[in-house]
Amino acid sequence: MLEIRDLHVRYGHVHAVRGVSLRVNHGEITTIIGANGAGKSTIIRSIMGLVRPASGSIRLGQHELAGKPAYRTAYLGVGLVPEGRGILAQMSVLENLRMGAYGRKDRDLEEQIEEMMNRFPILRDRRHQPAGLLSGGEQQMLAIARALMARPKLLLMDEPSLGLAPKVVSQIFDTIREINAAGTTILLVEQNARKALAVSHRAYVLETGRIVKEGSAQELREDPAVIDAYLGGVRA
Amino acid sequence: MSEFWLFVQQTVNGLVLGSAYSLVAVGYTLVFGVLRILNMAHGEILMAGGFFGLLFATSMSLGLVPTLIVAALGAGLLGVLMERLAIRPLSKANHLAPLITTIGVSTLLQSLATRIFGPYRVPFPPVVDISVVNLGPLFLTSINIMVFVVVIVLVIALKLLLERTDLGRAIRAKAENPEVASFLGVNVDFINWFTVGLASALAGVAGVLLGLTFGVLSPHMGIPYGLKGLVTLIVGGMGSIQGAMVAGLLLGVTESLTVGYISSAYRDAVAFSVLIAVLLLRPSGLFGSKVQVENRV
Repeated sequence: MLEIRDLHVRYGHVHAVRGVSLRVNHGEITTIIGANGAGKSTIIRSIMGLVRPASGSIRLGQHELAGKPAYRTAYLGVGLVPEGRGILAQMSVLENLRMGAYGRKDRDLEEQIEEMMNRFPILRDRRHQPAGLLSGGEQQMLAIARALMARPKLLLMDEPSLGLAPKVVSQIFDTIREINAAGTTILLVEQNARKALAVSHRAYVLETGRIVKEGSAQELREDPAVIDAYLGGVRA
Repeated sequence: MSEFWLFVQQTVNGLVLGSAYSLVAVGYTLVFGVLRILNMAHGEILMAGGFFGLLFATSMSLGLVPTLIVAALGAGLLGVLMERLAIRPLSKANHLAPLITTIGVSTLLQSLATRIFGPYRVPFPPVVDISVVNLGPLFLTSINIMVFVVVIVLVIALKLLLERTDLGRAIRAKAENPEVASFLGVNVDFINWFTVGLASALAGVAGVLLGLTFGVLSPHMGIPYGLKGLVTLIVGGMGSIQGAMVAGLLLGVTESLTVGYISSAYRDAVAFSVLIAVLLLRPSGLFGSKVQVENRV
């Protein structure tokens, strides 16, 4: 579904992504694990069109995404749950959801909003409140619901568990599994390697801008080097 | 007329004048909120809108509504051109750069207007029948009433646009977080030019309304109105439409009461003193919260 070939991204003199190639298969959850600053978010941002790659190709089906502005990537069916959640704090929960379906003509908006409120009941109770008043976990639910409003073919998730309480983290990963079971392909970037590998089909390990390992999530969970570096030395 | 009714009359006059200031301030605040720039040519676009209205009203003897539409379209188009040529190319430059280029646009428009219409005041054609309306002991001209009604209708329309439509939500999303707006599917370049065009169209309407109110236009009128718009933007709370509205009305009423009770010579001095006092009491403006200002600047 998504194929990245030899992607390079530079920020001034910093060479953040150095020749990354990876693929995301239709219907699967693919995870990129790696330490802070490894370049995980930069890959996600390049796919979405928030960063212009120096070279390389990012293909989504027939479309080349590299260098396209983000709003065009969105129209091609790519949704993003950004790092730090990116909710529109001054707008109400309902308005955030409506923004999720911005510009789509083929929509049954009210029905979709209803669907999201059923999936995330907390959003129903707070639908008229400014989104900035929600707790961190609730904001993450809203960010996920907002991305789903566009019915994306591919959902990019950047550190969805970051900074959340353990109980909420489990909820988020349950949600990721459910979204995928309902047919959405997901590319997930996580520092919480244990949880991420548990829900994923395939995974890549990124170190200083390069892919150093790839395989099925099962293989990586059993790889001694991965266990040592990312799973705290304990088998998942 | 009793003292009390004199006061009410002056206040009403002030509200009418202030409503025109509000329209200018709302445009300033819209551009500031969405593009994070101070558009220093806003006053000159108002002037240009007034002259567009004057040209068409004189040559084609248009009525009020067509004159307002022509002024709005002409000024709106100028705004769109300015965004394309003097603002967008600088989107990655220092944030003070558009301040300079819009000052350039303001000088250009002023010089062009002086060249075409001469440096003196030009009488504005009366596109409405001027009659005096008595409301009990108060009297208003038909122009006063018309100015007030046009401003209220436009501000309500703007509020509805921003709060009830997809486009309005996209504008607010861009104002709050351009990156988030873009990955949700908002073409931020489009939002930028549309916003500047819309604010300029409102300024164009204000130009005609002020021309009608005072009966004249001048190529140099943009400076005081631009300045007043800028002050009401800051006093209202940067980026707040309600704030711009209230601050504009406050400025108009203060000016009018100063003229009525002190002297027209002190009009600007007293009005600006009041606004400075407001800022001393509420440094982030009437409707701006501290957090908002920090986020926005």
